[in-house]
Amino acid sequence: MSKQTAPAPARPRPMDIVQAGMKRRYAEERRFRFYGKLAIGAGLLFLTLLFTSIVANGYSAFVQSFIQLEVYLDAEKLDPQGTRDPAQLGTADYGGLVKQSLRSAFPEVSDRRDKRALYGLVSSGADFQLRSMVLEDPDIIGTRQTLWVPADDDVDMFLKGHIDRSIPEADRRIKDNQISWLDQLAAEGRIEKRFNTTFFTAGDSRDPELAGIRGAVMGSLLTLMVTLVLSFPIGVAAAVYLEEFAPRNRWTDLIEVNINNLAAVPSIVFGLLGLAVFINFFGIPRSAPLVGGLVLTLMTLPTIIIASRAALKSVPPSIREAALGVGASPMQTIMYHVLPLAMPGMLTGTIIGMAQALGESAPLLMIGMVAFIVDVPSSVFDPATVLPVQIFLWADSPERAFVERTSAAIMVLLAFLVVMNALAVVLRKRFERRW
Amino acid sequence: MNATLLVTVLLALSSLAYYLGRRRAFSVAQGAIRNLHSLPSYYGLYTAIWCGIPALLLVAFWLAFEGTVITQLVVAGLPEGLRELGADRLNLVVNDIKNLVSGNITSRQADAAMLEAAEHYRNLQTVSHAAMGVAGLALAILGGALTLTRIRAQQRARNGVESIVKIFLILCSSIAILTTIGIVLSVLFESLRFFQAVPLREFLLGLDWSPQTAIRSDQVGSSGAFGAVPLFAGTLLISCIAMVVAVPIGLMSAIYLSEYAGPHLRASAKPLLEILAGIPTVVYGFFAALMVAPFIRDSGSLLGLDVASESALAAGLVMGIMIIPFVSSLSDDVINAVPQALRDGAYGLGATQAETIRKVIFPAALPGIVGGILLAVSRAIGETMIVVMAAGLAANLTANPLEAVTTVTVQIVTLLTGDQEFDSPKTLAAFALGLVLFVVTLILNVIALTVVRRYREQYE
Repeated sequence: MSKQTAPAPARPRPMDIVQAGMKRRYAEERRFRFYGKLAIGAGLLFLTLLFTSIVANGYSAFVQSFIQLEVYLDAEKLDPQGTRDPAQLGTADYGGLVKQSLRSAFPEVSDRRDKRALYGLVSSGADFQLRSMVLEDPDIIGTRQTLWVPADDDVDMFLKGHIDRSIPEADRRIKDNQISWLDQLAAEGRIEKRFNTTFFTAGDSRDPELAGIRGAVMGSLLTLMVTLVLSFPIGVAAAVYLEEFAPRNRWTDLIEVNINNLAAVPSIVFGLLGLAVFINFFGIPRSAPLVGGLVLTLMTLPTIIIASRAALKSVPPSIREAALGVGASPMQTIMYHVLPLAMPGMLTGTIIGMAQALGESAPLLMIGMVAFIVDVPSSVFDPATVLPVQIFLWADSPERAFVERTSAAIMVLLAFLVVMNALAVVLRKRFERRW
Repeated sequence: MNATLLVTVLLALSSLAYYLGRRRAFSVAQGAIRNLHSLPSYYGLYTAIWCGIPALLLVAFWLAFEGTVITQLVVAGLPEGLRELGADRLNLVVNDIKNLVSGNITSRQADAAMLEAAEHYRNLQTVSHAAMGVAGLALAILGGALTLTRIRAQQRARNGVESIVKIFLILCSSIAILTTIGIVLSVLFESLRFFQAVPLREFLLGLDWSPQTAIRSDQVGSSGAFGAVPLFAGTLLISCIAMVVAVPIGLMSAIYLSEYAGPHLRASAKPLLEILAGIPTVVYGFFAALMVAPFIRDSGSLLGLDVASESALAAGLVMGIMIIPFVSSLSDDVINAVPQALRDGAYGLGATQAETIRKVIFPAALPGIVGGILLAVSRAIGETMIVVMAAGLAANLTANPLEAVTTVTVQIVTLLTGDQEFDSPKTLAAFALGLVLFVVTLILNVIALTVVRRYREQYE
């Protein structure tokens, strides 16, 4: 018995080694899972942050403060001869009338500097509003009219609460006396916030309260039209050739390598191409939607070709064989049988490509679509800018009021993108066939 | 004749030709369509093609070269004194003449010679337009009529139409190659001109970047330095920050979504993350410049750090966010492509899920993941709007992410926006930078695509 002392330290059983490590390994497993959740959480957090910050900054741009003015349309000033001649009425001093109306609203203001501050309450657009009112109906000359004019952008910012009363006057864009006038106007019910129609109907402007996105939206529309008209047929034709007709040889290999590479070339390089080829070589005017559309066509072609090829691939061979079997030529098979079945997939790819093109701005900076353009473009040769570039331009402007307009423009852009992508999804859900 | 009107007329003629061709096919077949080789509409199409396409091509060529030819003729007709000016001044004169013709404002008072030249220009233009109209219409009518008279019952109209369609298809698919050639040539030519002014060595190895060229020769800082190393360093710094953000988050979320998440989470989280890829880059730029950069600056000053308001960190961080879905969807694809047998084998040996992923799936998917990351890097290097809006303009050679750096793309944009003369080294430098960008991203893409393809062949 004594010989059999404590059992020699036996080799631990494998099960024990495994058991001993289990705790650590399970902890590791939990940690790993946690990292995964963390990563997804971070991604979603960034997404929410992005959206909330843009909406929080931008929603207030959809309303604009208006100030009620009582303007006496002095016949002496507007039309001293009494001719009611539109040419003369067009050049009259409407700014003076607006100023006079402000002075009569606050008769106590006498100092020159104070007066200037007072005039600064309303937008310079008030003059034009008055002018178009008079030109429309010259009979109101000599009467007293009440009208709502847009407030200046700083006043608008103050009324929306973006400028704090408590910071020292010297650091504030709105001075104490202006605040007291505004308080008085507000007490009289002569300040109102209304839906900002200008934002949707006007072109660009240096004054935030007069700036709108219509020019940029039209520019985007024209550019996308050019892109669509060119890239859809070319992309589909290229896909049909590569997928259905092309012999396997070096030339088609080269084409495929090229398409894959073009899909990954930085967009700004396409801008350089547009500048060197379309503008300097072919002499198409700068800033025109035509050039923008051409550059974006080259950019979106790879997307459309790749999507269209996938759509063609998903049409089962039995369709082709049946058509060929009843005597259709290969071209007829493709045109009348394969292409209609692949069309929903091709359209989906095209819409996604168009959505990319709509959001693209870097190559358009290269070809001069970055200019300050007030007029709404009406043809593909007019100088124009597009919505993303307009956002870029406004984001660079120092005025506080442009921050909210930039965010609002981003919301409009994102809304367009959401609609386009939703359309693509619906199209896919509706027409996609599983063979 | 107005070009738009001419094209409309040609299209109308072509439709007429279709109708006539089809009718002619019927009459040739004497009412029995089965005598025809092709369906009647193919005869119509064939006629329409021969009527419309040569004429339209002619008009297109005419319009493309008309301007140059007329300008040459007008220049040749200018008085001696004007013609002997230098090329630049002559260009100005020609521009003025064109402005006179189109009724725009000219750069100076038009003198008699210029008015005469403008008159000459206008006359030539009228003649040329008239000639184009006549030639186009004649060609259309001739082509249509010839084809129409040659329609026979056994003519292979369908084959004719189909081979023309096929040529069109081939041309369309060659546009990809043309685009690449166009990119290479346009960037290369301007770069070569740039390298005549600035040696390649200085450009690639120089440490000083200040592309201000003087308007007058005695100006301060007139030399202009084109050493691009600070730009490369800045691009690299921002891309590195972006990858540090994007790779762990993208990879881990791909792993979680493909290995752990239930179908519900997967169906909702995956599209949500992919929204990040669909947001335009200008939106990210705005987010970086107006939200992230001030936030980083303020939190830096709370910690007592001096952070530039256009810090590389802000731009890199936001660029990383943009790239997350890119990394995650590419990794997702490769992880899903790893055969289930490998997982089952690891589980059978008693590995936990995390161990299976780390020691079996990850190594198996590694080539694909590396390929995806390389593609993401090339994305980051070529990204423009975020850095234009949130990164600095001054070329700073630093590795400190809190300082402002500039990148290749930022410099291309700043050098090329606005009005410059096209042949100063300043604008040409943008093309040299574009060449570098194109070559670097091309190499990255080619490597990435080869890595991905080689990996795929392993399991299929």
